[in-house]
Amino acid sequence: MQVTRGPGFLDQLDAALPGAVTGRNLEALDPWIEVAPERIAEVCQWLKRSSPVRFDSLECITAVDWHEPDPKKAAKVSWQPRIELVYHLWSTSARVSLVLKCGLPRWKDDQPGRLPELPSVTGVWRGADWHEREVYDLSGVWFTGHPDLRRILCPEDWEGHPLRKDYVQPVEYHGIRNR
Amino acid sequence: MASILDDDPRIIEFDVRTDEMLVNMGPQHPSTHGVLRLVLRTDGEIVSEVEPHIGYLHRCAEKIGENLTARQWIPYTDRMDYLAAMNMNLGWSLAVEKLMKYEVSEKARHLRVLIAELGRIASHLVGMGAYGLDLGTFSPFLYAFREREKILDLFEEACGARLTYSYITVGGLTADLPPGWLQRCEAFLDQFEPVIKEYHALLTTNAIFVKRTANIGVMSREMAIDYGCSGPVLRGSGVDQDLRRDGEAIYTAMYDGYAFEVAVMKNGRYPRDHEYPPVPPDAVIGDCWHRFFVRMIEVVQSMDLVRQAIDRYSACKGTIGEPLKLTEKIPAGDAYLETECPKGQMGFYLVGDGTAIPWRARARSSSFSNLSVTADLCRGCLIADVPAIVGSLDIVMGEIDR
Repeated sequence: MQVTRGPGFLDQLDAALPGAVTGRNLEALDPWIEVAPERIAEVCQWLKRSSPVRFDSLECITAVDWHEPDPKKAAKVSWQPRIELVYHLWSTSARVSLVLKCGLPRWKDDQPGRLPELPSVTGVWRGADWHEREVYDLSGVWFTGHPDLRRILCPEDWEGHPLRKDYVQPVEYHGIRNR
Repeated sequence: MASILDDDPRIIEFDVRTDEMLVNMGPQHPSTHGVLRLVLRTDGEIVSEVEPHIGYLHRCAEKIGENLTARQWIPYTDRMDYLAAMNMNLGWSLAVEKLMKYEVSEKARHLRVLIAELGRIASHLVGMGAYGLDLGTFSPFLYAFREREKILDLFEEACGARLTYSYITVGGLTADLPPGWLQRCEAFLDQFEPVIKEYHALLTTNAIFVKRTANIGVMSREMAIDYGCSGPVLRGSGVDQDLRRDGEAIYTAMYDGYAFEVAVMKNGRYPRDHEYPPVPPDAVIGDCWHRFFVRMIEVVQSMDLVRQAIDRYSACKGTIGEPLKLTEKIPAGDAYLETECPKGQMGFYLVGDGTAIPWRARARSSSFSNLSVTADLCRGCLIADVPAIVGSLDIVMGEIDR
């Protein structure tokens, strides 16, 4: 069951935080709302503390890299290149889910290597800590305000972010050949 | 008169201060359930800080998923929670089916319930046996593996594999059950049911076991929810949630018509608690003992579900149908689905772009969220309690590191 199907919920969010919700698709399989990336922490805070349905649990944070490395195919795609962050929230009391999406540039200021940034939600859910570290590690997104943002699955001195579509695996790591 | 010892600063140091010490537990420690490394900052016997280091089994299964078709990724889901591979297969299959808006046949649905619940029993048996091992008792492990072998034999007969099955797949199951399988399954259940009493005698009511687990590692309801804990860990903290009842329609439809009670303590009572030994007086909600006990109740509950599934499956006419072909195209769009796996809520997220290969495949691991509590849970406990707490979370590293 998804809460966004119910009336009034989004209006309350809009009234409380005007301009934070920038788009919505309530017809999708999992209805989602799009949130301005710089206001994600505010929106999450409202959804957890003040919303009529308390979203007290963060299930998952996913980064989807919308980038086609092949120039021939890239000319044909219908989407804008971007990093899309998807937050899956869950309310244990009402047993409903909610999906938030955030669009970020692939690189900050379009300079390859500079990671895009958005506020961390560790202050809202403590469980966000590891999820954000994983997204940083594998997809290369910097969460400002995270208490301890470092790699979690890859070794600390690993180069690159493997889930980026243009990731190239290093030839060797400490003398171990990778490919 | 001044002693010569006064000039030696080392003597004072050794005499007065207790040094903080960093202790590495793992990654090759037998009680860390795989390659988990815990760095303990200890002061004498007291642990002041625990820092888990994970990633030793990391192979970026999600990246592999972006290069294979949805059905080809099924064997990789096997290797996430390798103790409950059937349930992993089911989670991914249902997520893909959700995006494709595909429904399996009635017979396949009941067979999936049957297999998934057997998988849950097998997983909880390992969880129970290995937990005993963590706490220094060896025999429950052998008892648990004796019964688990029989489930693995049944699985082997059905699909040919004993650990990484790839049996449940997108659009159904790879094969129907061989003749005589249901009778053998029933025979196993009949033999298994009375044995559970032995487990309770060995562990649940064992005085040493209770001393080691009751009132240890108490996780409050709020903490469990805040960290996104799920499964027996969440229910052990008294949160009444089981996705088989509360989940999304595509998943709960699978259990439509099945009778079961969520294994959680309500008003100080567990469902059907007259069949189990009483809760020890020291145990409080959210401690290691309750997390363990919820699993034990779920074993019985799953047995009940298996019996129901056998009846329904045999009542169905016709065949289970054919699974979708390997190169079946996935529609554009995204779908997220969580299922109730033995270790907790396993979520799969899938983004399709119209081709057979998903644009993004994501696995939200329950053990990952459950393990992230460790640092908070172990603060201030004794070193000997660390294995008790980590063991009670029942983690599988294959799923955490993916």
